[in-house]
Amino acid sequence: MSARLSAAAAGKALAAACDSVRPGTADDAVGAIVPSFVAAPSSTAQASALLRACAEHDLAVVPRGSGSRLGWGAPPARCDVVVDMLRMGAVIEHAAGDLVARVQAGARMADVASVLAKAGQEIALDVPGGATIGGVLADALAGPRRLRYGTPRDLLIGITVVRADGMVAHSGGKVVKNVAGYDIGKLFTGSAGTLGLITEATFRLHPLPAARAWVTARVQGTSPEVTTMAAAMAAAAANSPLVASAVELDRLASGGPISVGVLLEGSADGVAARAEEMKGLLSAVIRSGDAVIRSSDEAAPGAEVVHGAHAMITAPASAAPDCWGWVPLGGDDATLLRVSFWVSALAVVLEAIEAAARETGLRPFVMGSAGAGALYVMLPAAEAPGVAARFVGLVRAAIPAGRGGAVLLSARAPLRAALADDGGLAGSTPGLALMRAVKDQFDPGHRMAPGRFTWA
Amino acid sequence: MTISSLVPRMSRICGPGNVVTDPLELRTYECDGLTSHRATPALVVLPCDAGQVAAVVRECAAAGIPFVARGSGTGLSGGAVPREDGVLIVMSKMRRVLEVDPLARRAIVEPGVTNLAVTQAAAPYGLFYAPDPSSQVVCSVGGNVAENSGGAHCLKHGFTVNHVTGLEVVTPSGELTWLGDGTGVPLGYDLLGAFTGSEGTLGIVTKVVVKLTVAPQAVHLVLAGYATLAEGGRAVSDIIAAGIVPAAIEMMDALSIEAAEAAVACGYPQGAGAVLLVELDGPATEVEAELATVMKIIEAAGATEVRTADDPAQRFAIWKGRKAAFAAVGRLAPAYIVQDGVVPRTALGDVLARISALSASSGIRVANVFHAGDGNLHPLVLYNDAVPGEAARAEEVSGAILDACIEYGGSITGEHGVGVDKSRYMPRMFSDDDLDTMQLLRCAFDPASLCNPGKVFPTPRLCGEVPGHHRAPHPAVVSGDAAAAGGDQGTAPQSPPMEIF
Repeated sequence: MSARLSAAAAGKALAAACDSVRPGTADDAVGAIVPSFVAAPSSTAQASALLRACAEHDLAVVPRGSGSRLGWGAPPARCDVVVDMLRMGAVIEHAAGDLVARVQAGARMADVASVLAKAGQEIALDVPGGATIGGVLADALAGPRRLRYGTPRDLLIGITVVRADGMVAHSGGKVVKNVAGYDIGKLFTGSAGTLGLITEATFRLHPLPAARAWVTARVQGTSPEVTTMAAAMAAAAANSPLVASAVELDRLASGGPISVGVLLEGSADGVAARAEEMKGLLSAVIRSGDAVIRSSDEAAPGAEVVHGAHAMITAPASAAPDCWGWVPLGGDDATLLRVSFWVSALAVVLEAIEAAARETGLRPFVMGSAGAGALYVMLPAAEAPGVAARFVGLVRAAIPAGRGGAVLLSARAPLRAALADDGGLAGSTPGLALMRAVKDQFDPGHRMAPGRFTWA
Repeated sequence: MTISSLVPRMSRICGPGNVVTDPLELRTYECDGLTSHRATPALVVLPCDAGQVAAVVRECAAAGIPFVARGSGTGLSGGAVPREDGVLIVMSKMRRVLEVDPLARRAIVEPGVTNLAVTQAAAPYGLFYAPDPSSQVVCSVGGNVAENSGGAHCLKHGFTVNHVTGLEVVTPSGELTWLGDGTGVPLGYDLLGAFTGSEGTLGIVTKVVVKLTVAPQAVHLVLAGYATLAEGGRAVSDIIAAGIVPAAIEMMDALSIEAAEAAVACGYPQGAGAVLLVELDGPATEVEAELATVMKIIEAAGATEVRTADDPAQRFAIWKGRKAAFAAVGRLAPAYIVQDGVVPRTALGDVLARISALSASSGIRVANVFHAGDGNLHPLVLYNDAVPGEAARAEEVSGAILDACIEYGGSITGEHGVGVDKSRYMPRMFSDDDLDTMQLLRCAFDPASLCNPGKVFPTPRLCGEVPGHHRAPHPAVVSGDAAAAGGDQGTAPQSPPMEIF
């Protein structure tokens, strides 16, 4: 490659643009590719000079935050320079009275949270604390509270990006209500580094809730009663005027019990009362449908038995249940599938996962934001790719057409290959031709994380 | 190809009854809610379904003729001003609510459906459609998508973009495609989010999947009268500082209170320098707790009078004055400009003082009505168009208000959009590089610049090679001309139709 041949010249140009440039090592590998350089800009201006130098030397660029999800999606086809954003980790401005904060893209969520908490505020995204602002935006990462607060795009009000050609551009601003110009921030949300480099972002904030309570229901029994009941509980909780902040579901073993967890946030008194009401609401769902209810045995205090399904609702707790809000990484050990759907199809989706497990013999692990129409499904990565591909195909086929999908966030090469002619990682993608056109406009040389998406 | 040669083709697509060529009838489409910008379209078509919209757009694209989509025509930035050399595509025949899925909290509607009709369709299930621009009785959901409309309650509930999870659109080349799948779970670039609020320049919406919201258990409205705007402003700051996010926080100044009182006898506190409205909604127990805190804060700030309302009829009576304010101001002066600017909430006091100084030095009266919670100002700049030079002075004051908004880190528009009216202000808020970057998106969707050209951007960007189109003059040149021909005054000598926010 020309870039390799002129590596020395390129390295010189990068070093002139940015005060932290070093050779890449095996630890910096993106997929199987070890980058020639790792550059860590300290400012938007440096990042701009850096990307301009990359453009001049035709170097392929992969932005990196914490690096935890660099394995998501297809690995880039080229990667000459990893742009390490961790030196840009500052909270630039926290206007508490305006409920707005401007932060650099390399700031870690936990660090930002501790700054904002001093004023009793937060970015209402319950994603892993080690993730960076830029990474959360680039992967459109959201946690359980997406039900109430939305995903990153709903909280982002302004953005600064460096284009592939090095030009710095802003959109939005630092006021929440603003319709001037196109919203480039939304465009970059979910862009996975393929359109340019995010260097700063401005968010609307929310007051930290004074109190929280979790109500958890667990049902066990045979399909489809158990999936139907879990789905009914999740939908009832999400649609209740008690205003749940999150409605999560997990099924850690195929055929095993399903837990539905509901988070309520607000004032101390309000939350206590609402949690009791929520408990009553979930009980009513369990009781509905000619159920025979009786008190439980000692082994499961408070359990109720409904037409063959065991159901148990815990007393409201002020601490999160195990695994709450855990966003699986996938990686070498596990294949990670994200299933999205209209909540009215939740029972269908759960049953389809169960049926696919039976048919393929795989034992999926299911968890996620059932009340918001998004579940993660983990499969052991060691399974034969053909079998895993069959599992994905079965789940995809069960989701009502055009109303959701199953995206492989993390999959090893053999599985990616097995799915190549069968929807690929994403399955059907609405607006595919337009995505391609956007990529061509923003990165005509296809140097920004090239190959990450089928269209980019 | 000329536009007249398109008529038989359009008639075949939409039916002869849905193609307007009569000059008088064409003139009824010459403007939207901002009447100072006018252009009579060469041709108007009223398609009945998505397939017809796509076919119409394909004809326009093949002929290299610009087209503009129009909803209910209530926009306040001239976003739906037609092109004299183009086709106006009116979406009012597509007004069916196609589906309500209460369990998923989603509805699928056609773009011509009114905002309020969505809530009416959702109401039997205990749901509503949260974005509520004041024009909600007439404005269309398609128009709301184009403008990313807000409303008084967007402080807590968000804007149109937060409540749309899928769009079926006709691209500027005439292809039908979906952006988003209704789930709200993103896949790839958030084209759905970028399209929403693009003011009709990236394509035409033919179906909208909206998110429905669970109707609140309790709603409580508090009205407080203050001697000064500053006192009311202190109450607002303290409410926010207490960690409360009300559904709405609205303020009116003495002039707008006087006008509203004269128009609808809303019974607001007489002689008050400011009226503050705070609406709380949510679970009953939370609203009760918040109400107690809000009442304390409101009184501590020096309220001269406080009223509360928790039933719909009482709330309606109080809101009546607020919602009537814009039209009511028409009684105070023969003409006025409705401005729409945003400042960080904490800068409201400073900017209001600036407006007051501008008013004093120019002799132009300004009535202030604003969404205090999110810093969205709607100054009403009053003038007499019969007095020579007064319209120009009013325009100057109006522009200076926008400059103040920008200076304090705000925006030139919070909800009315840029349209033709404010494109000249865009360079004051964004750099050339910012605007160039935004237009990359335009080039991806509409390289030929045929879809609502001349809006939003002061100068069109050339998109490089445009496959399949060879015309003269270049569309960019045409857009530039049209932008100028659209009028250069942001004034509204007549009251716009009822709606404002």
